[in-house]
This record gives sequence, C-alpha cells and structure tokens, in this order.
Amino acid sequence: MFKRKRSVDDFVEEIKAHLELEADELKREGASEEDARRKAKVEFGSVSAAQERFHLRGRVVWLENLLRDVRFAFRQLVKNPGFAFAAIAVLVLGIGVCVAMFAFVDAALIKPLPYADPQRLVHVTESDVAAPKVNISYLDYLDWKKLNTVLSSMDVFTGWDALLSAPTGTVPVPAERVSAGFFRTLGVAPALGRGFHSGEDSLAAPNVVLISYGFWQRQFGGRKDAIGQTVKLSGVLHTVIGVLPKGFEFALGNSPEIWAALKPDNNCEKDRGCHNLYAVGRLKDGVSVQTALANMQSIARQLENQYPDSNRGRGASVMLLSEMIVGEIRPILLLLLSGAGLLLLIACVNVSSLLVVRSESRKREIAVRGALGASRGRLAGQFVTEGMVLVIGGAAAGLAFADGAMQILSRLISKEMIARMPYLNGLGLNPHVLVFAGILALLASLLFSVAQIPYLFSSGIRDGLTEGGRGSAGTLWRRIGGRLVVIELATTMVLLTGAGLLGKSLYRLLHVDVGFQVDHLATLNVRLPGAQFPGDSEQVAFTRRMLDQVESLPGLRAAAVTTVLPVTCACNSDWVRIAGRPYSGNHITVNDRDVSAGFFTTLRAKLLAGRYFTDADDASKPKVVVTNHAFARKYFPGEDPIGKKIGDSTLSPSSMKQIVGVVEDFKDGSLDDEQQPTVYNPFNQDASSGFVLIVRTSQDEHTVLPALAATIHQLNPDVGVEKGSTMSDQINDSQTAYFHRSTAYLVGGFAALALVLSTVGLYGVVAYSVSQRTREIGVRMALGAQRWSVHRMVLREAAWLAAAGIVIGAVCSLAFGALLRGLLFGVRAWDLPTLVTVATVLGLSALFASYIPAHRAASVNPVEALRAE
Amino acid sequence: MTTQRNTVDRIALLQGTLDLLILKTLVLGPCHGQEVARSIQRQSEEIFFVDHGSLYLALQRLEDKKWVTAKWGVSENNRKARFYSMTAKGRDQLVEKTGEWQRLTRAMELILSGRTGPSGEEA
Repeated sequence: MFKRKRSVDDFVEEIKAHLELEADELKREGASEEDARRKAKVEFGSVSAAQERFHLRGRVVWLENLLRDVRFAFRQLVKNPGFAFAAIAVLVLGIGVCVAMFAFVDAALIKPLPYADPQRLVHVTESDVAAPKVNISYLDYLDWKKLNTVLSSMDVFTGWDALLSAPTGTVPVPAERVSAGFFRTLGVAPALGRGFHSGEDSLAAPNVVLISYGFWQRQFGGRKDAIGQTVKLSGVLHTVIGVLPKGFEFALGNSPEIWAALKPDNNCEKDRGCHNLYAVGRLKDGVSVQTALANMQSIARQLENQYPDSNRGRGASVMLLSEMIVGEIRPILLLLLSGAGLLLLIACVNVSSLLVVRSESRKREIAVRGALGASRGRLAGQFVTEGMVLVIGGAAAGLAFADGAMQILSRLISKEMIARMPYLNGLGLNPHVLVFAGILALLASLLFSVAQIPYLFSSGIRDGLTEGGRGSAGTLWRRIGGRLVVIELATTMVLLTGAGLLGKSLYRLLHVDVGFQVDHLATLNVRLPGAQFPGDSEQVAFTRRMLDQVESLPGLRAAAVTTVLPVTCACNSDWVRIAGRPYSGNHITVNDRDVSAGFFTTLRAKLLAGRYFTDADDASKPKVVVTNHAFARKYFPGEDPIGKKIGDSTLSPSSMKQIVGVVEDFKDGSLDDEQQPTVYNPFNQDASSGFVLIVRTSQDEHTVLPALAATIHQLNPDVGVEKGSTMSDQINDSQTAYFHRSTAYLVGGFAALALVLSTVGLYGVVAYSVSQRTREIGVRMALGAQRWSVHRMVLREAAWLAAAGIVIGAVCSLAFGALLRGLLFGVRAWDLPTLVTVATVLGLSALFASYIPAHRAASVNPVEALRAE
Repeated sequence: MTTQRNTVDRIALLQGTLDLLILKTLVLGPCHGQEVARSIQRQSEEIFFVDHGSLYLALQRLEDKKWVTAKWGVSENNRKARFYSMTAKGRDQLVEKTGEWQRLTRAMELILSGRTGPSGEEA
C-alpha cells in the first residue's frame, strides 16, 4: 500500500484555497474585497516559510546538505578538469606508493608467521667469539634439548643438497633434514598422510620423507596414492609419508621440496665440534625469550667445562623466530615506508596549495554565497566536501595503483629472493592495507581542510565582493602557499639526500675491490651422489677427470673447483691453532675453503709469497695450506709465515698442515663484510661431494654454461648440476647487492617524484603570486622600474623560499641520515658532497621553476596591466 | 465578530496540543484546513492563536500517520478545498490523548491551586 508522496504543488494549492476561503469569510464579516485578501495573507504569515517547512518535513537536513555539497563539488571539479586531474593524479601517486609500501610492511612485519602461536617460537643457535649466531652441533643439540627447562620442544633443521633420480636424469632438489618433532614444534600438520613419528630420526629407522605441496603436484600429479611411494634421493630410496599443506613455508630453508628425517649419519653429526644445524624451539607458557636465553647460556657454560676442546668460547643465542626471519629486512622496509610517507606528504601539500589557490580565485563566489546567507559552517562544509571528494577519488584510484605497483614490484624480485621471503606471498590489498588507506585518506582530508579553512575565516572574504581585489589580495595565500612550499622543498631535500646516500653506497658496494678479475668467469654448482662417491678418493678422481675434460672445451682458459664461491658468504669457518705458539684457549677463527690447484690462477688472484697448490698435493703428500694476506698479517706480523704449521685446537698430528703460500686478499665473504683471515686447503687433500666449478673463458661467459653441464653429465649422468651462473651475475644478484640496489632505486624513485612535485609546487606559488601582482608590477614599471629589477624581485621571492626549504631540509636530512646509517656502505650518514650536490640540484630546479614566472613578470606591459582594471 | 484581536491576549499553542485540537475538531465531521483553524480559535474564545503554516504541517503529519485522511472537494460557497476526516485510528488516538490531557490538567490544577501543603497529601 504505497501512496505517492504528496507534492509541494498540492500543498501550495491547499494554502491558496485557504487564503480564498479566509478572504470569503472576512468579506462576509464586512471587509472590502482588497482588505479581506490582504488580511487573510497577513493572518496566514509567510507562505514560503510554510512551504519550506513542508519541504523539509521528515528529511535529514545535514545529509541533504552533504549530498548537495557532493554534487556541487563534482560540478566544480568537472568544470575545472585540469585542476581535478592534477590534484587526483598527485594524490593517486602519493597514496598509491604509500599503500603499496605499507602492504610490503604488512606482509613482512605485521602478519604473524603461519604457524601455531608464532609468538612462542624461538630460533636457537650457538654463539662464539667471532659471530653472535653460529650453527649448533648435533651433540650439543641433544644436550640442550635434554637439559633445558624453558622450551616445551626443541628441534633442529639443516639444508640438504639432495639429488633426485628422475626419469629425465639426476636433478638437484632443494631439501631439508629436520628432527622428527620439527613440524609439531611449528604446529603444522601435513595436508595428506602423516608427519614424522618420534624416533623416525634415529639411525635404525627406515628412510621416510615429507614432500612439499608443489612437489606433490608436479611429481605425483596430486594423487592420493603418492603416500607410500618411494623417491630416490642421492642414490637412496625414501618412502613418502606425507604432503605438507599448500601454503606452508619456512623462510630459513631454501624453499625445500623434500623434508627428510634428520639422522645423525654423517661424520659431522658425530663430532661435537662440527656445527651444521639450526634449532627452533617453542617457549613454555610464561617463559620469556630472556629467561630462555639465560637458561641456554648456563647450559652452554656447563658444556664448555665438560668439553673444553670443542666448546670453549661457545655460548648460546635465543631470539624470536619472527625476528630471525624478518630482522634483516625490517629497517629496509621501514625506510621505504617512511620515504613513501614523505612523498605522500609532498603530494598532499601540493594538492593543498592547489586548493588554496582555487579558494583564492573563488573569493567572489564565497563572498556572494556568504552575502546570500550561507553560514560560515556551511561554506566550510562545502570546502571540506570538495577536499574529501578529491581524496576519496584519489584514494580509490590510489588503491588500484598500489595493487598494480605491488604486482610489478613483487615480479621484479628475483626468484632466489622470493624464496628467502616467502611471507611476501601474502602481499595484497587485505583489510589491514585497506584500513591503512582509509587512515591516509582521513589525514589527507584533514590536512586539506586545515589548509583552507583559516583562509575562509579570514577577513579577506568580506572584501571579495569589491571587484578588483587589490590591497591585501593574495597576501594571505602568499603566506600559506609559501609555507607549504617550504615544507615541500625541505621534504624533497630529505628524500634526495636519502637517495643520494643510498645511491653512493650502492656504487661503493658494487665497486668494492673484490681482489680478482670478475669478468669472464662462469660458475656451476656440482653435487656428487654420496652412494657412488662415498669418500675423498672417489671425489678427487672424479674432479680431476672433470677438470681435464672441461679445460679441453673450446674457449676455456682455466678451470677450478672450490667448496665456497668467493663473494657469497663468510660461512664455513674453522678453528685453527698455530704450532709452537702458547695456547690460551682462544680460538683463531678462519674462513675455510677447499680449492683445486688451478683456483688462484683461474681467479687471477695475486700470489704474495711461496707457491700455489699443485695437482700433486694430494692425500699421499704432507698436508699444505695457502692463507690470505689478512691471515698472515694478523697472525704472523713481521714474520714469514711460509713453512709455519697450523693444526686444530688440540694440534692433533693428523690435522697439521704447512703454510706454503700467501695470496693477496680477495672477497671471501659477502660484499659488505670485513676482510677475514682465510685458509685454503687443497681439494685433493680435503675433498667434498658438493663444490662449485669455476671456469675462465675467452668468450662470453654465459655461452659455456650448457657445455659445462653436458660435459659433466657425459662423464657421469648421476652427478647433479644446478643452473649455472656467472661471477658478475653472482655479485650483482647477491643478497647484499640486491637489498642495497632495491632500496636505492626505490628511494631514488621517490626522490625523483618528490623533486618533480616540489618544483611544480614552487612554480605554482611563484606564478600565482606574479599573476596577483600584475597590477603592482605594472605600477612599478610605469614609475620607472627596470625589467631586470622586476625579474630580480620575483627571483628573490623564490630564492627565499628555496633557501628556507634547503636549509630546513639539510637539518632534517642529518636526522634522517642517522636512521639510514645501518643501511649504508662506505658512506657516512653526513656525507658532505652528497648534501652539497643535493642542495645544488634542488636550488637549480627551484631556479628553473621560478625563471618562467619571473620572465613573465618582467615582460608585463605596464599600460595593459593598468588598463586591465 | 472579528479575528483581529490584541495579540497580547493570545497564547501560543503548547507543543503537541495542536494534534489533539485538530482531532477534536474533526469529531463533528470532515472539515477543510481553514474551518479547522477558525473552529479552534472560536472554540477557545480567541485565546489560542493557530499559526496556519503549523496547522497545515500538523494536518499533513496526521495524514502521514494515517489518523486522518484527506481529499479534495468543494466547500459550501463553491470553493475548492481539501477536506480532512478522521479515521478509526484517529478516533482511538483522540480518546487516548484526551485522557492524557485531562490527567495532565488535573495534576497542574492540583499544584497551581495550592490547596495542600508540600507534605500534607501523603498522610
């Protein structure tokens, strides 16, 4: 039963009828025709007021006003598409970049790890004099697990260079060995099949593995009967007992496809001094990380006393697992987010100044509306609404922009990096990000309102009706606009300085003297299956044959193998003791690498003393080593190290080696590591089943990679080779270079955008001020001012703004630089050349921005300027 | 008799009483707005001043609440007019509101005539 709503016309009709009836009655009472009509009207009161009240009856007035304001705002924007486009584009950029960066922060730092109760998971390692976090040995792990009173469970994991026998041949497969309780500690249950039973990590247990969801899909087509089937890994059959859930990730592993039970079956795991594991533990309820650390440290001390040879100087480290996973990337992400925030600030300031300019040019409109009875509240509401329409448009498009930016950015991240940052899989426009975008929009609207409203309430408004608008016209705007531009310039200065510092530090990093000739080096990871190559002699024999074959390939100059590729990590360290020196129990920690005879000549490293290895330095000869200069300098200052002997901590006879050569330092660790003492052993005396083949080529190093792999597979199809690379790519793509580069590029991008925005902002302020002062300039020129002096007057105004911005910016840059310090390499946070360069760039762009309006001011025709009144 | 009276004597209607007065007027049969206004003024011996704008809004309000219905018709002197008549729902409201009003005026009367002391009534 819906009745049509009664129209205002009908209501008016009724009032008309009333007036006629009343007039009739008055006439009947004796009034004249005209008098009756007048009286009836007077008696009724205001017809239009009644009409308006009828109209407003049952309506929500503020909502109507709001809708009207929104409609009006839209009309205003459509009427002025250039302004609308500029403002929204700037906002989209600012909000989009900020939201995209926040999404990364959210994925990495805010979202909890995808494990049960992740805040109770801790990463447990040993520590020693040289490093705060080092691997834990298997025997130490057993003791820690048994003796600790703070963890409800503790499990270990370590990488495994497994080789998978597939129908197409032997392929390396990323794998991890974990103790039986590992998944229970994480609180992850397999999607299919079962997890490890306790005891399945003992030597006697059958070989069982869990597989990743992806591996299950690829190798078994996602079939349920995969459970119970076998896979041949490094020559040994393993039974598949379970499939891990689809989204399961473990950032500290290298995206493993295979998870095997960790059996203490290699030599390392029988030796308390051989450290190859990491541990995760779950804190008992109410136990803090500090308490756990104290407990672990006391156990470590106990073990130190019990096993001084292997455990002297070894402590413990306990930290939250999440801290371990994202600790490294946190400062980078926070830096990027603050950079994006500064960019957004500039964008908002730019739009504010556009808005203020517009309210200046709409002064007459405001004055007329005020004169017609619009309250200041309604006028302010109108302007706030206009700002909000812009912000909402900008925020909506900004979200789309952010989504695109995220996809592009995450696609730009290399596969290796993504593998180390599995949490980035959760990247996207989730509720957190949307709330963040909402907050940004709110802040932006607030800023716009704050920038405009004092203007509305200024006395200048009332003068708006007097055409011409001279006198104080525009001075308020010049004050507000000027301040806004100073903020903008200062912020730009901060971003530019940040970008400059990061860029310089990237340059320094990539131009670190690695100490050998990087070009024309190709590298290939090789894994020998343990079943076929159980010992040193088989491994050495294969390596010799392989190097012979490879060196005979066309275009190859030299070939060698090493267990650790230069410029990767300062991993694989060892303790040594120098024979004939008093021993205080302090270890000498050195990087330990096993390299073939041609290693140094292949790299073109420089020999400082003694000799290189020869192929004849094998197990049948006395053990020899080559050290780097850092080692010789540190432990044999003023002495000739050649002929000296070193051994293990107990100087056991079998460990004694004679130093036969010293090479010039080259980068053994990562690019930003300090040079560390390194000891090189002949591969023929200390072989390994996994190594890196390095070849020096005469042609483009990329082209030999397929031939290398083919040669190795010809020799033995069961040997695994991983995708090869080149030394330059290795260095450029190393994690250190990667983090530095992406930070520098992103902050550089923000700074470039900021520079453009603030230049445009300064141009806007100066150009507007010139257009407001056209008449004044005309008068000055009519009174004899020269063109150059007008020019100078305008430039001086711009120069003051620029100078204020640069000085404030320089001060803020120093504070910002202090935040950056941890991310810089080879550059101080208060790098004067960078500051000077940045100030110059900014100064020049300010000059450029003000030159055009200054020129226009100087070419004002005084006659026309005065006639324009 | 004239409606022109000294406005000092007139009393603005109390909030919410206009609805009741309109309903009461309509008990006698359908009326148009002008008749309602005249009738209220006359019956209150010209004490009440009815703001005509408010009256028509009140009529509309009652119509929206379905206490009265309205249709266009022709007055005694052949003028077009909108006639209001009371619905059953309106009649119920009238009874209820009248009761309420009588209770209110009695209470007011009791207090204003001051026949009892502040504590006397209790005993």
